[in-house]
Amino acid sequence: MHLERIINLLLVIVLSPLIFGIINRTKAIFAGRTGQPLLQSYYDLWKLFNKGAVYSQTTSWVFRLGPIVGLAVVFATATLVPLGRLPAVIAFDGDIILFAYLFGLMRFFTVISALDTGSAFEGMGASREVMFSALAEPAFLIGLAAISAQRHSLSLTGMFTGADTAFGAYILPVQLLVSFSIFIVFLAENSRIPVDDPNTHLELTMIHEVMVLDNSGPDFGFITYSSALKMWLLGAVLVGVLVPSNGNVWIDMSLSVVSIFVLAVLVGIVESSMARLKLLRVPQLLLIANALSILALILVLR
Amino acid sequence: MSLFLLGLSIIFIGGLASLISGRRALASFFGVTGVVAGCVIAVVPAFRVLFNGVAESFRFDWTMPFGSFFLQIDSLSAIFLIAILGLSAIAAIYGMGYLGAYREKKNLGVVWFFYNLLLLGMSLVVVAQNGILFLLAWEIMSLAPFFLIIFDDEKEKARNASWTYLVATHIGMVFLLLFFIILAGKTGSMDFDKIVVMDSVKAGFLFILAVIGFGTKAGFITLHVWLPEAHPAAPSHASAVMSGVMIKTGIYGLVRAITLLGHPPVWWAWVLIGISAGSGVIGVLFALAQHDLKRLLAYHSVENIGIITLGLGIGVLGMSIGSPILAVFGFAGGFFHVINHAIFKGLLFLGAGSVLHGSGTLEIDHLGGLIKRMPWTAVTFLVGAVAISGLPPLNGFASEFLIYLGVFKDGMSHGLANIIPALGVIGGLALIGGLAAACFTKAFGIVFLGEPRSKHAHQAHEVHIAMVLPMVILAILCVLMGVFSPLIIGFFGGAISTITSLPQEVVQGQLNTGSGILSNVVIVSVLLVVLIFGFALLRKWLLSGRSVSEMETWGCGYARPTARMQYTASSFAQPLVFLFRLFLRTARKDSPREGLFPDRAFLQTDTADTSSKYLFQPLFKGISFLFSQLRWIQHGWLQLYVLYIAITLLILLIWKAF
Repeated sequence: MHLERIINLLLVIVLSPLIFGIINRTKAIFAGRTGQPLLQSYYDLWKLFNKGAVYSQTTSWVFRLGPIVGLAVVFATATLVPLGRLPAVIAFDGDIILFAYLFGLMRFFTVISALDTGSAFEGMGASREVMFSALAEPAFLIGLAAISAQRHSLSLTGMFTGADTAFGAYILPVQLLVSFSIFIVFLAENSRIPVDDPNTHLELTMIHEVMVLDNSGPDFGFITYSSALKMWLLGAVLVGVLVPSNGNVWIDMSLSVVSIFVLAVLVGIVESSMARLKLLRVPQLLLIANALSILALILVLR
Repeated sequence: MSLFLLGLSIIFIGGLASLISGRRALASFFGVTGVVAGCVIAVVPAFRVLFNGVAESFRFDWTMPFGSFFLQIDSLSAIFLIAILGLSAIAAIYGMGYLGAYREKKNLGVVWFFYNLLLLGMSLVVVAQNGILFLLAWEIMSLAPFFLIIFDDEKEKARNASWTYLVATHIGMVFLLLFFIILAGKTGSMDFDKIVVMDSVKAGFLFILAVIGFGTKAGFITLHVWLPEAHPAAPSHASAVMSGVMIKTGIYGLVRAITLLGHPPVWWAWVLIGISAGSGVIGVLFALAQHDLKRLLAYHSVENIGIITLGLGIGVLGMSIGSPILAVFGFAGGFFHVINHAIFKGLLFLGAGSVLHGSGTLEIDHLGGLIKRMPWTAVTFLVGAVAISGLPPLNGFASEFLIYLGVFKDGMSHGLANIIPALGVIGGLALIGGLAAACFTKAFGIVFLGEPRSKHAHQAHEVHIAMVLPMVILAILCVLMGVFSPLIIGFFGGAISTITSLPQEVVQGQLNTGSGILSNVVIVSVLLVVLIFGFALLRKWLLSGRSVSEMETWGCGYARPTARMQYTASSFAQPLVFLFRLFLRTARKDSPREGLFPDRAFLQTDTADTSSKYLFQPLFKGISFLFSQLRWIQHGWLQLYVLYIAITLLILLIWKAF
């Protein structure tokens, strides 16, 4: 049992940066380019961890604390998320709520470290970030409440690894509604198109990338790594909602890992095939996510 | 119980001595000593009741009709009493430092007298067990703040605020008077232990009266209009007490009323949950749109009262549909949030007071960069901001978590109708949490971070140690209440079983489950803190021996940035304010930009309170018009007035005769 938990944790820590590689490769294929190596994000992280740092004179300790809290939060969150049939390191009733709120803490510190630079660009990004996440949070929690009610469990591990996850026990509409809602939240929280464009070159149009404009060296490495981990963890929740289990721990594990990579391909396809939404349209997208979650909850409680 | 009475006497005597000292320096000394000594003594029986679970009471005959001097500290009173006495003592120490600057200008003896009187009133309210006594204590508690709010009486704003407060609190009082008169009914006794309400229609009517009467004090949405006026006007230590604990007496009254009214029907829960989700969301939205730090905090009280009432609503729902899980987790979360909110809201108001003291302004957009000038205020304010946003690992999360947990555990298994409360709680709390985080990243980020935006912020300085210390204590309490949350909720058992009439073992059993779950949260929190230290060390190790340099903030290569180019609080909140414009109705004035190189421009936004602007102002205008039509009765002829009295007496006699 312990071994499985530790393997789960190791998979998160080791494999998460690969998601960026897969997204970029997918986009490269769509654009007809060769693209960067799959392992590019590992090289980037290595390079950042080996650099010095430049700080803005305006900043205080808050700016230095932000990336540290961010990384600590995702590591702490990683102990709550199961993968396939691999249970989470810590599981208890209500860990769903803690999961969502820990990311809230990470966001709080990202936002205040952005404001610490006194830069108008970063203030702008921070302002958008808090708005979108405030709208995404209810969608996420209501969606998970639906799954929790359906599978009679209050912990992520119970919900995703319990007996109810076999295909026969599926209530397909609920699963589809919640997955679609969480997929939208996933895109918003991880700053992907259509909510945010991680590759834009213009500060005015960015959200997440602009908040970390003044970070450099190991700090930026922490931030990049945290975003990879966050993406993996939210992806694991999405996969847990949608992908049924087979019964064998190791097959389920492999299936889940592959599903997360398929999710990354999907993100790449979304990014290659559509443009970023106008900022004023993003709340509407998030309201759709809320509506889907509420619908799913009604279907479960019916 | 005698200790409690002794403590209250000391508080009162301290206030009197302070009043007599007037403008002399001794006034502050008497006031603070009275409060601190009195609180320390009076809080002992409250803790004793909480630990032993045995209520302590005191009763003597009183010539007042319907009245009896019946005081009792039971578990429910004890919870509120500890919050009241604790925060008031800490805020008083702060007040000594804070008021020091006004010694030349104001009569501080008066300020302390009314502060002590307010404390006395609040303490009596939560222990009074007789309707008349309760109303008397309520009136003392309601009148005293008037004199605190009008502290800056040379400012028109403060005078208006105190009038708004006085009118609002007395409108609430009218409903409470009705409530107690009808409650006493034909039994003729107003002692809480003798009141029985049988009739369900009457109980429902009384419930509505209680919601309006107590809701005015607590600050339910639309009844909250006095909060954003009164809290900013009062001196900051008084705002901390008013917002941290005085409005909680409204919550106390509501809970006490529910215990008096018998078994609650389901619609009471719906009413409470509806009101509270509305208060929570709209309160935080208005907070987002504010430009004044204390006004922003005042609107957050509306939000947090919403969260507390959400807990109560879930508790009442549990009582009416017979779900011990909902009842216990709802009330436990609500009570825990009462205490937690007292701590972090007290802390934040004291922080705002320090900002005013250190920089001379509360205008958020004029501040900035205070973290370097006021390091202690900044770090304690940050703790309060994280706590009020309901984020782990601090206390705000623990209490919201309990409310969530109740709904997740048993809120969704009682039929489709109950999806509405479930949605209200999960969706409401999640949205409130997200918006509160938006609001407090704004408040902390714009006030304390970045570059100073004005001369005020440039010249800001850290405040006196007597002001720093209370903030540090409250910040530490935010952490401790989070860490020890599994132990603390165990003490709510007595109060919950009194309200819900569930057997003590059932309540304690549920609370033990809650404690077990909360200890897991604490484990993750400890892990989080360890990780933070670990990564901080890792960063230090990575950067050691490498080049670490300082530069200007990146501005796209622009070489001469100024502090005024920073994002402001108004711009930070603008997207959300725009999105929710339906509720906020922000008025916007700006100058047209003309020509290719416009030189001067202005933009002004003002979010007036919609309840006040669209509901109460027209209402009072109408009432004042109606009354002006009756002016011919009042003409100054004394003889005719005597005739009026005679006629009234005659009519009453005739009425009695038949």
